[in-house]
Amino acid sequence: MNDFKPQIIAFCCTNCASSAAQVAEGMKKTLPENVKIIQVPCTGRIEVLHLLKPFEEGADGVYVAGCQEDSCQYVSGITKAAKRVEHVKKILEELDIEPERISVFNLYAGKGHEFVQVALDMTDKIKELGPVM
Amino acid sequence: MIVAEPKPIKEILEMVKDFKKVLIIGCKGCVTVCNVGGSKEVGILASTLRIDAKKNGKKIEVEEHTLERQCDPEYVDEIKDIINDYEAVISIACGVGPQFLSERFPSARVFPGVNTKFMGGATEHGIWSERCAGCGQCVIHYFGGICPIARCSKSLLNGPCGGSDHGKCEISKDVDCIWDIIVRKMMEQDRLDELLEFKPPKSWTTARDGGPRQLIREELVI
Ligand code: SF4
Ligand code: SF4
Repeated sequence: MNDFKPQIIAFCCTNCASSAAQVAEGMKKTLPENVKIIQVPCTGRIEVLHLLKPFEEGADGVYVAGCQEDSCQYVSGITKAAKRVEHVKKILEELDIEPERISVFNLYAGKGHEFVQVALDMTDKIKELGPVM
Repeated sequence: MIVAEPKPIKEILEMVKDFKKVLIIGCKGCVTVCNVGGSKEVGILASTLRIDAKKNGKKIEVEEHTLERQCDPEYVDEIKDIINDYEAVISIACGVGPQFLSERFPSARVFPGVNTKFMGGATEHGIWSERCAGCGQCVIHYFGGICPIARCSKSLLNGPCGGSDHGKCEISKDVDCIWDIIVRKMMEQDRLDELLEFKPPKSWTTARDGGPRQLIREELVI
């Protein structure tokens, strides 16, 4: 479509998303190289500032990949992360930046293809939006 | 604690749009506890300003600093060697903070980064409620330990108005009628008759109505 390679940062919970990543690897499904993974012990630990920093450093998109709402090992990690993502969406909107540049995804540990699909979908979405700057 | 909320980002951006060197100052007191003006929020605001500058191709230097308290001169003094390096200072303490900064550093351009709301506490995580209006002469013991000045929409001291409706205040179905709560509490404590005791009218001269207030405690003055 165009040459723009969006830089995307993905915060992934080690329990679900990262296991999904391993499954994906086993299936020889690879992540697009423009998506950089940051593993976190629980998505509930991701603060608003963690989600803003990538944008400050030039990222075009950010997402959080965690577990299903009812299967968080630490009870409510992904629910908290989703609220913070919502908050960052509002901040982006106030800066006239498309809020779709940040998302949260609920994954299953065993579903490797979903993990890769999320990265591809996010890449497509950000490509459509173009660079932030 | 003093409860505040962040100002809309657009309002802050407008305040500092002409400045290239901005210092954001947080406070480790009340505003840290109510998650609006501590070091975390200093970081968030700084990051937000930097993202905005980047997006708009502007150059901006944003420095972050959080003081122990902004309402004590000895802590405010901590920034005396750096404040003049900045064209604008955003204080995200309660309204006291930016005023103490302005008084101590008269040439600094100081902007408030939060809206100070009230004196209250967290009733749940992320939810704060007003509890005290700083009337200067506390009388909550007459009312079952509940303040009708801060918590009744009309600050009534002698019973509910005619708008009290099934425990709710007439201003909104979401607001409890505090007089309903006071009366129930006094009944539970078997002290309802105490509400009938005559009290002379409250003097409001100790409240804001008496003009700006100052407190001098000679035993502490050095
Ligand atoms: S009576 Fe006055 S001092 Fe006491 S809680 Fe109410 S407003 Fe505050
Ligand atoms: S309804 Fe209750 S809380 Fe509301 S103004 Fe009347 S007495 Fe005060």
